[in-house]
Amino acid sequence: MSGHPSTYEPKYAATKWMDQRLPIIRMGADFMTYPSPRNLNYWYTFGAILALCLVVQIISGIILAMHYVPSIDGAFASVQRIRRDVPFGWLLQPMHAVGASMFFLAVYMHMFRGLYYGSYKAPREVLWIVGCLIYLVMMATAFLGYTLPWGQMSFWGATVITGFFGAVPIVGESLQQWLLGGYAVDNATLNRFFALHYLLPFIIAGLVGLHVWALHHVGQNNPIGVTEKTKSDTLSFHPYYTVKDAFAVAVFLLIFAFFLFYQPDALGHADNYIEADPMKTPAHIVPEWYFLPFYAILRAVPDKLAGILLMGGAIVVLFVLPWLDTSKVKSLRFRPVARGFFLIFIVMCFVLGWCGAGTPDDVALPFGSKMVDGVSVDSGLTFYRLSQIATIYYFAYFLIILPVLGLVEKPIKRPDSITQSVLGDKKHEKTA
Amino acid sequence: MSDTLDTNEHIDEEKRDFIFIATGAVAAAGAASVAWPLVAQMGKAADTLAAGSIEIDLTKIAEGQQLKTLWRGKPVFVRHRTAKEIAEAEAVPLSDLKDPATDDSRLVANPEGKVDPKYLVMVGVCTHFGCVPVGEAGDFDGWYCPCHGSHYDTSGRIRKGPAPTNMAIPPYAFISDTVIKVG
Repeated sequence: MSGHPSTYEPKYAATKWMDQRLPIIRMGADFMTYPSPRNLNYWYTFGAILALCLVVQIISGIILAMHYVPSIDGAFASVQRIRRDVPFGWLLQPMHAVGASMFFLAVYMHMFRGLYYGSYKAPREVLWIVGCLIYLVMMATAFLGYTLPWGQMSFWGATVITGFFGAVPIVGESLQQWLLGGYAVDNATLNRFFALHYLLPFIIAGLVGLHVWALHHVGQNNPIGVTEKTKSDTLSFHPYYTVKDAFAVAVFLLIFAFFLFYQPDALGHADNYIEADPMKTPAHIVPEWYFLPFYAILRAVPDKLAGILLMGGAIVVLFVLPWLDTSKVKSLRFRPVARGFFLIFIVMCFVLGWCGAGTPDDVALPFGSKMVDGVSVDSGLTFYRLSQIATIYYFAYFLIILPVLGLVEKPIKRPDSITQSVLGDKKHEKTA
Repeated sequence: MSDTLDTNEHIDEEKRDFIFIATGAVAAAGAASVAWPLVAQMGKAADTLAAGSIEIDLTKIAEGQQLKTLWRGKPVFVRHRTAKEIAEAEAVPLSDLKDPATDDSRLVANPEGKVDPKYLVMVGVCTHFGCVPVGEAGDFDGWYCPCHGSHYDTSGRIRKGPAPTNMAIPPYAFISDTVIKVG
């Protein structure tokens, strides 16, 4: 699956015997010697970081499942027991919960990297689409997992999200009750969410296998988006990128450790320490930080079905991105105009996240004040209006800006080769 | 000689076609009959369906009070409305409503066949995404959903915000002058 001529030669009788039957050592060896572009920067280390995240989540998750009780009477107490009484539970439960945040942090870096360097363009469309599928399954897994501690946010988050299916015309209500296994989020729901939350990470692992296979079949993209031409354009994956990835992983683990040991609850919501109560909704329901932009898009339209379709569209648009961006040039390094719009796009993603955390009718950006019932209050742009502006930009970036720019923008000159871009013209002449 | 062979091959092909289609049909029927239970098991179990009905004694609810009780995993609101709330609910013109319904149409007649506007019985769930609205709140004196800002009037009808329909009326009936049975 590594897609380059194998240089592995088994040395011992045992490895020769194995190589003729299941060449798995050969596969690993070829993986290590895979020729990678010599100019990959630190944005490219998030792939390795994500692989680590998946392993951490699966291992900590399997352990937690050994202590967790998937019933509405036992779930909340069992999670609290894990944190307080189970040996090292104080470490393992936050490792899983903080780990989910870290996983999303890394996947967003990985996705923005792909957007910036045009990693979705031919011949990497399928690689990109498999990546989008991984993201989608990650979202489902995170949602199902967030329900399991059976706190107030868990319960009401699950009620709201499964409520989306109730908006489907005609069959909505039956569909929703079929998914819940009852009239409302209840024991049957929690039980099946646990089963699915345990299953989906293995689906992700399978998709990651396809993702890496596709990557090695077409070869990695790189910061200048110019395909490698000569041997001097590439480096062996090991030791060059194994060491670079290992360094990045170490830095990433420092951030992970900071949250894990000093701020284990900073990325969650305090209301999830209140046991689920179907009779009382918390004053302010918010998803985890990594879903806030989509939540803001959902609330940007005052219509149930339209809000859901728009939110779904925000993900669907990623799948068709390879056909929306019409430019022949991959890397935004050589597209100054597109780079400007991309930076605004990133800002808008953060704005959406901010709006998702806010209350729609509150003022986000005050422009002076007005008198209401004799009291002076801020007036200005509300979170509701701001999220509408950011939502419009989000979709415009994919559906208008990228298709049009690709046709009208004049890119700046690209280097002839990776070697030239790394060593400059002079050195290039010498080596040539 | 060759003619005979051709004929034989022809017959064999027809036989194979028949076997192929017959096997395919049986396999498809088999797959469908296995898929059905796999899909149907997700639905409501018999005990969930049987969770059934509750009785509520209306005399225990004072004027201006609301009873909140759990039915089928969801809260049911029983509000003993004040004269002012009833008057407000009845004064709303249907043209002002997103989901038009008269106040009377949201009430169930008592054993004498009369509609008593004092008691409003609703499934206390916002029709947007299922949060529980807060009583005596919002712009219309009725209920306000804190999740995404839907305002309901004193008849539980949607007046403002993202919710598409009025709060639902559960199936209920009077089993005596003062006791209702929900479900």
